Amino acid sequence: MLNRYPLWKYLLIVAVLALGLVYATPNLYPDDPAIQISGISSTQTIQQSDLARIERALNDAGIATKGVELSANASSGLVRLTELGDQLPAQDIVRRVLGNEFVVAQNLAATTPDWLLNIGAGPMKLGLDLAGGVHFLLEVDMEKAIEARINVYDSELRTLFRNERIRYRSLPKQGNVLQFGFTESADLSAAQRQLASKYNEFQVTSTRRDNMDVLRLTLTDAKMTEIREYSVRQNLTTVRNRVNELGVAEPLVQRQGANRIVVELPGVQDTAEAKRILGKTANLEFRLAAEPNAPRATIETFEFRDGMNRPAADVERSIILTGDQVTDAQSNFDENGQPQVNIRLDGHGGELMTRATRNNVGRGMAVLFIEQREVPSTVMQEVDGVMQEVSAPTFVEEKTIISLATIQSTLGNQFRITGLGSPAEASELALLLRAGGLAAPMYFAEERTIGPSLGAENIANGVAATQLGFILAMLFMVVVYRGFGFLASIALSFNLVLLLALMSLLGATLTLPGIAGIVLTLGMAIDANVLIFARVREELAAGSSAQRAIHEGFDKAFSAILDSNLTTLLVGVILFAMGSGPIKGFAVTLSLGIVTSLFSAILVTRALINLFLGGRTSRTLSKLWL
Amino acid sequence: MLNKTINFMRWRKPFYAIALLFSLFSIGSLAVKQLNFGLEFTGGALVELNYSEPVELESIRQTLHGAGWGDAIVQNFGSTSDVIIRLASEDPELGNQIARLIQREDAEQDVTIKRVEFIGPQVGEELRDQGGLGMLLALAGIMLYVALRFQLKFAVAGLVALLHDAIFTLGLLSFFGVPFDLTVLAALLAAVGYSLNDTIVVFDRIRENLRLMRTSDLTHVINVSTTQTLARTLATSVSTILVLMSLLMVGGESLQGFAITLIIGVVIGTYSSIYVANGLLINLKLTREDLIPKQLEEVDDRP
Repeated sequence: MLNRYPLWKYLLIVAVLALGLVYATPNLYPDDPAIQISGISSTQTIQQSDLARIERALNDAGIATKGVELSANASSGLVRLTELGDQLPAQDIVRRVLGNEFVVAQNLAATTPDWLLNIGAGPMKLGLDLAGGVHFLLEVDMEKAIEARINVYDSELRTLFRNERIRYRSLPKQGNVLQFGFTESADLSAAQRQLASKYNEFQVTSTRRDNMDVLRLTLTDAKMTEIREYSVRQNLTTVRNRVNELGVAEPLVQRQGANRIVVELPGVQDTAEAKRILGKTANLEFRLAAEPNAPRATIETFEFRDGMNRPAADVERSIILTGDQVTDAQSNFDENGQPQVNIRLDGHGGELMTRATRNNVGRGMAVLFIEQREVPSTVMQEVDGVMQEVSAPTFVEEKTIISLATIQSTLGNQFRITGLGSPAEASELALLLRAGGLAAPMYFAEERTIGPSLGAENIANGVAATQLGFILAMLFMVVVYRGFGFLASIALSFNLVLLLALMSLLGATLTLPGIAGIVLTLGMAIDANVLIFARVREELAAGSSAQRAIHEGFDKAFSAILDSNLTTLLVGVILFAMGSGPIKGFAVTLSLGIVTSLFSAILVTRALINLFLGGRTSRTLSKLWL
Repeated sequence: MLNKTINFMRWRKPFYAIALLFSLFSIGSLAVKQLNFGLEFTGGALVELNYSEPVELESIRQTLHGAGWGDAIVQNFGSTSDVIIRLASEDPELGNQIARLIQREDAEQDVTIKRVEFIGPQVGEELRDQGGLGMLLALAGIMLYVALRFQLKFAVAGLVALLHDAIFTLGLLSFFGVPFDLTVLAALLAAVGYSLNDTIVVFDRIRENLRLMRTSDLTHVINVSTTQTLARTLATSVSTILVLMSLLMVGGESLQGFAITLIIGVVIGTYSSIYVANGLLINLKLTREDLIPKQLEEVDDRP
């Protein structure tokens, strides 16, 4: 018998190899260190002349540039540098040249040629441990989210009762339960009617206490879940906006689990700046300014934000709406060239604003900025049966006024604040308004910074280990299985190319454990060939002819190869499903490596053997082959 | 060489004793020394520094002690000029504070901050739970697969072998104080996968031989199968250990735990798939009928 593959099988293998080579190629082009420039607001564009100016300034400072690029819609520009070490000084120079209307960030720009980009090829993404950068895990405080929402309901209900002329007695909140007292039964039933028709998100129970009927309002579980879900999603959006303000290229902002948000900023080294912008656990409250003769119990006094130099002002206790209903805020100039801030609210926010301002034209409206500040403190706690002092940071709320303006007309979901001192004040206010869109405060649950030198070192180590591992595996195969081993080594290099191509094509992220996974697959990919060759030797020893032995060897080894690889794949998939960050990287290379190694070890090795030996008619196989 | 069957199963009982001893030793080490959990699992702060020249750890300890961080762990990381500082804490800013302090104190020394990490205590706890859960899930999935593809007795024998591998590897990690981080956990799972690979290859052969050979002597079948697959088992183990060695030698400090864990796992997996998994098949009284579905006998009820 002869071992021959039909022509189409050879063609298929050649085609796969060619595709693999093409799609793995982009990884050979190293990224350029670059400086990326984008406007602070999305409408701002960058001119070719700006880029030319930057290039001149950089060259004057002795920093070599490789070229400048403008994105298609002119919203961002890129300056390529030749040296990684130039990035930091270059960033400073560009900032000086452009002023603070632009976001200037360090970036790594791909150098993939256009013809490769056109067919969808691109290099693998590098994980933070290889590229350097910062990783944050933010945790959303759900209790605060619910508390904040209940405060808004509290104000809403009070306004409703007042407008419907229902007399009620203010009672303190009990945790998350709102309480209202009624002395007249007519008021009670009117209130119950209003609640039933307009607020079905509350479970209402009534009790009698101190000679009055007390309505206790508890949020339904469904509504609580909805608020939690909404908070995380709203915070996710806000974090995304804030990250965009940092101007980082290819940031990752992703939800993780029920209440966490992962932020990865490759290339960023200045964690302080990133944390300052991300970690602003800020919110906003819009409230009416207090009327001069208002009772003390209904008003509160707040200071203005630092640097505004205005005396503290009185505002009403009740809240019109909170910052999470602000969808956008932009600073620009009005028709008279005066700075102003345009604010846009979501639908519900617009309604609330209209209701609140309709009868209050001419009164002042204040915007309060609320920040959570962490105060270190400790509590006594029993740990393993021993009383210990455990650190339990507490958070204090700091509320300051960032704007107090007069309501000129009934406001809807779009309005503007004018009368601002300077364009800088306007842009600061717009920034605060945008930043305040958190539905709930967030805390840093995890933080990692990987320096660029460590990233480069990790890449160098990983490449060295892969090369050494590859050479060792190859030598081993040639020593043990001679000619067959050599053919298997060729298949193994094919496997490496395919794995890189597949990872690039799928846009998988390469991490340091991912490299470990590649190295490990090199060792394990050989297993399939070892199984086959051991089997062929057995068949030869049992007296089969050369062609028969090759055929039987491949045939009989198949079920063992399939079973053992499928179970390893199972482990890979489980790792991928439960793992985070670096582990996922390992799981990806391990799983993909198994798939490509099955292809190369079985099909490619067989094709090579068929090509070299398949047509031979001699009964025995030279010792040089196996 | 292939004609001579090695009587592996003759030493089955002594190897059981050894495996049992190893497992007890491992459980003991895990109970007494426990795992040297890395930052990811314990939570806390970590700073990695690189000095331009070798540095005295004691002076860094003094500096930290002076600032009130006396319980910080200061260690070399890879070389004498690389230093890693670990400290249990719940303050996200601590890592950066330490980094700033070191840079201020050692102003005359050229020191770069290579990385700063902070992991909250709750995250660490969750990761630990998740890791354990992943391990159990992997074992359960594997058992199910083997039970479906082979037979329940194979699955039980394989599972016991895997448990032994996992416990023994963990025991050695704990005994030698290898830092147990997420990468090591991944390596542990990969080692389990590898050991299973070995086990399944032999199982596959046993299944084949049980059908082919006209003998019901299970011990003999296992001996023959193990002998037949021995060349392959050794070849794969050696090649895998070779690439892991290259990872250990040039892969850098961050992958050392990974490489060590897998090397241990591969060695243990190789012997356990021969003695624990195969030996157990004898104890579980595997028969040919377990693999070949009984044919329904046609009842001939014609008079």
